[in-house]
Amino acid sequence: MIAVAAGTNRIDPYLIPALDGVAYGLLVFVAASGLVFCFGVANILNLAHGLLYAIGGYTAAALLDGGWASLALALAVGVLAAATTGVLLAGLLTPVAAGNHLSQALLTFGVALAGGSLLVAGFGPDNPQVQVPAALEGSVTVAGHRYAAYRLVFIVVAAVLAVALYLVVRRTRAGMLVRAAVDDPEMVACLGVSPARIRAGVLAAAGALAGAAGVLGAPIIGPGTGTADTVLLLSLVVVVLGGLGSMAGTLLAALAIGEIQTLGVALLPSAAPFLLFAAMAAVLAVRARGLAGRWRTA
Amino acid sequence: MRGEVIRRVRGGIAALVLVGLVVAPWMVDDYTTAILARTLALALVGVSVALLTGVAGMPTLGQTAPYAAGAYACAVVGSRVSDVGVVQLVVAAAAGALLAALTVPLVVHARGVIVLMITLAIGELVVIVLGRWRSVTGGTDGLAGIPAIRPFWGLPALANDQARYLYALAVVATLVGAVLVLLRTRAGLVLRAGRDDETRLRASGHRVALHLSGAHIAAGAIAGAAGSLLVVAQQYISPADFGFDTSALLLLGVVIGGTASVGGALVGAALVIAVRDWLFGVLPGHAPLVLGALFVATVYLLPTGVDRARGRLRPPGVPPLRPDQPAAPDQATVAELHR
Repeated sequence: MIAVAAGTNRIDPYLIPALDGVAYGLLVFVAASGLVFCFGVANILNLAHGLLYAIGGYTAAALLDGGWASLALALAVGVLAAATTGVLLAGLLTPVAAGNHLSQALLTFGVALAGGSLLVAGFGPDNPQVQVPAALEGSVTVAGHRYAAYRLVFIVVAAVLAVALYLVVRRTRAGMLVRAAVDDPEMVACLGVSPARIRAGVLAAAGALAGAAGVLGAPIIGPGTGTADTVLLLSLVVVVLGGLGSMAGTLLAALAIGEIQTLGVALLPSAAPFLLFAAMAAVLAVRARGLAGRWRTA
Repeated sequence: MRGEVIRRVRGGIAALVLVGLVVAPWMVDDYTTAILARTLALALVGVSVALLTGVAGMPTLGQTAPYAAGAYACAVVGSRVSDVGVVQLVVAAAAGALLAALTVPLVVHARGVIVLMITLAIGELVVIVLGRWRSVTGGTDGLAGIPAIRPFWGLPALANDQARYLYALAVVATLVGAVLVLLRTRAGLVLRAGRDDETRLRASGHRVALHLSGAHIAAGAIAGAAGSLLVVAQQYISPADFGFDTSALLLLGVVIGGTASVGGALVGAALVIAVRDWLFGVLPGHAPLVLGALFVATVYLLPTGVDRARGRLRPPGVPPLRPDQPAAPDQATVAELHR
């Protein structure tokens, strides 16, 4: 899953894991920002978030054949499928949406369980192989180290996605409505915007983000039976670490997790399982009040 | 008068169920007895989930963490130190309580859905640690061949499934009794009061965070003890026993049982686990699909199953609308009014 390729150069053997960590962290950022949206805006703990990522991942595995056209197709299909699932989820949640978090969590868990089972039934229980475009198959030289070209391109693409996300939330009317809905849902409802529509839109956006992350990140966190759980857990830890206060917090938390999962494992292999725990404990100890803030794209 | 009748009927039913549980191992085959013993362990975890979710108002998806800690502590002690059941039980409960105490700072300031999220992350991280810490936990292969226990010094080892089941039943009955007694004391009252109106309780000088920490640690100890029962029932444990789906199933069981009711949690958790085991028996391959559909259906069918825990499930930062007016049970809560 994570290529912890220590470089041959003795001066800087941790450059490659660090770079891997950036790729991993940006992937987790794109996936987790969907969950942060769901949670911060619609106030829904979406336990099916990992499923949305897995849908993107399986789409990539099924459609990618080494060409650019297939990548575009996979991206379109994956985003659309995951966004549709998000809207379906919003529809299912409509009757129980009255702030009833336990029911919401149980319902989304049921959807995750059933959806995961359908994915396994459709694509088989084995972890499928993912073919990246042929042009990106090789490796490039980064500061004297060989590095997978796909990951380098992925870093750029994910960074572009992150900036685009920031601009959308910050500058567009939809983004403003979303931020307004976090601050004062009643006032937004008074403006004539249906809260149900905002919820459906947020879940669709979360699905689209998770789907895009699933397609583009398939060569990094590949589709398989455990993918949904892994992505859900990493996204949850991002929310715990980064809070709901800002996109910058989410990004920092995601990058920290990426580095912990790659550089941390390379530096301290024996302590690796405990590092995520330690990070969570440290952050929550510093901010004793926990996750009080809300999503504001500061 | 009516309340008196209901109480008597309820007591009668409980007594009948207990008698049924005692004679059950002679009615069914060994395999079912072993399954029943494991279900008892999970139902006890369900009680700890109800204690946190319904009574203290901290909905949790992470009670598998102390459950796992207790189970692994018991397995390690059972293999290397002592085969006495009481010792293992105490060690397991202590391990569960210790893990819960360590995670108290993570959860005690959070409320509502955020607790759900943090506890879920804790539970999943514990499973990851179990899978990777090979020298102690045996990794994903788990620990097998744990020797049979003696319940007490000088007693013979529990050699068959019936004996192990009865041991589990005795422990569960004792612990559930203790929980029920505890909930009738002042401690239980204060916990419920904190769930219903935290601001008011705090204003009257109670240290709510302290009570919640106590409840969290006590629930951890109960879940740890349940872990020891799992080891006795299965004589084999692996990280797969403590997955995310187990937490969700237990939460569903507790919600079915009425969230704040200990007896309801026992019945609900046992029911849900039984349905799962049965589904995986008759529908290998498609069981998760049906189970997921059942989750959705149950949520729709049980609109009131989650009423009681709602008091605290308000988003953080949203002050109660009228804190000096406690919500009647059938009234819309603050969280709803704010939406």
